[in-house]
Amino acid sequence: MVGIDWYLALSAILFTIGAIGVLIRRNAIVVFMCVELMLNAVNLSLISFSAFHGDVTGQILVFFSLSVAAAEAVVGLAIIISIFRNNLSVDITKVNLLRW
Amino acid sequence: METYLFVLFAVIAIASALGMILNKSTVNSALMLVINLVTLSGIYLLLNAQFLALIQILVYAGAIMVLFLFVIMLLNVDDEESLFAKFRVKYFIAFLLGSVIFAQILYSIGGAAELLPEISSDMLEAGTVEALGDVLYTDFLFTFEMTAILLTAAVVGALMLAQFQVKKDEDSE
Repeated sequence: MVGIDWYLALSAILFTIGAIGVLIRRNAIVVFMCVELMLNAVNLSLISFSAFHGDVTGQILVFFSLSVAAAEAVVGLAIIISIFRNNLSVDITKVNLLRW
Repeated sequence: METYLFVLFAVIAIASALGMILNKSTVNSALMLVINLVTLSGIYLLLNAQFLALIQILVYAGAIMVLFLFVIMLLNVDDEESLFAKFRVKYFIAFLLGSVIFAQILYSIGGAAELLPEISSDMLEAGTVEALGDVLYTDFLFTFEMTAILLTAAVVGALMLAQFQVKKDEDSE
């Protein structure tokens, strides 16, 4: 029987890898995929809490987090496409729209 | 058996996540993320969350990742220079920050691990579509409808963003 701590440790490792990816990558699409990875890590910990407490609410939360992730992916990719149209690049270090 | 499967899935998940952030090619990163999502879905099955395991593959590995691959192919950006070509202070700070967050999370897990209860017997039924739908359409009905509005707003917003430039060009001509 694998305890909840192992699931949470896996979730923490995946979240950390995602956070490192957001910090070191410069391609906006890859940064987006790292955010998806972090969302998945949180989903994993929600489901393991739900399973070990015998409470279905955690899985409902994962359902909502999935739909928010879908909405975020749609809008984010549209933003990336419009940035690419203006800059001809998706390198986040070359985007200076909100920089002063 | 469960331990064996968990270790197998965990190793594949961590390896593919590392492969995702360290890969130079964007397309390879996306494919690595697909592997990661599928193994996570297997872990959800280990946790008796059958419905979410299915949804994970359908929505994430199916819909969202296809969208990502489509955008990568459409923009044809595969030219990020080698990731660690020159050592930068920024990378060092990123690594340090990541390690600190990681250590913090592990510490808090270590503190909480002994206090958590064992899996309960009534959980075996809780991951099914019936059990989830029962709660989703009663207690969480309002939130569910808010989700519908959110997704509609996202679609409209994406259309606006994609159309904006074209409309402006037509006006100026």
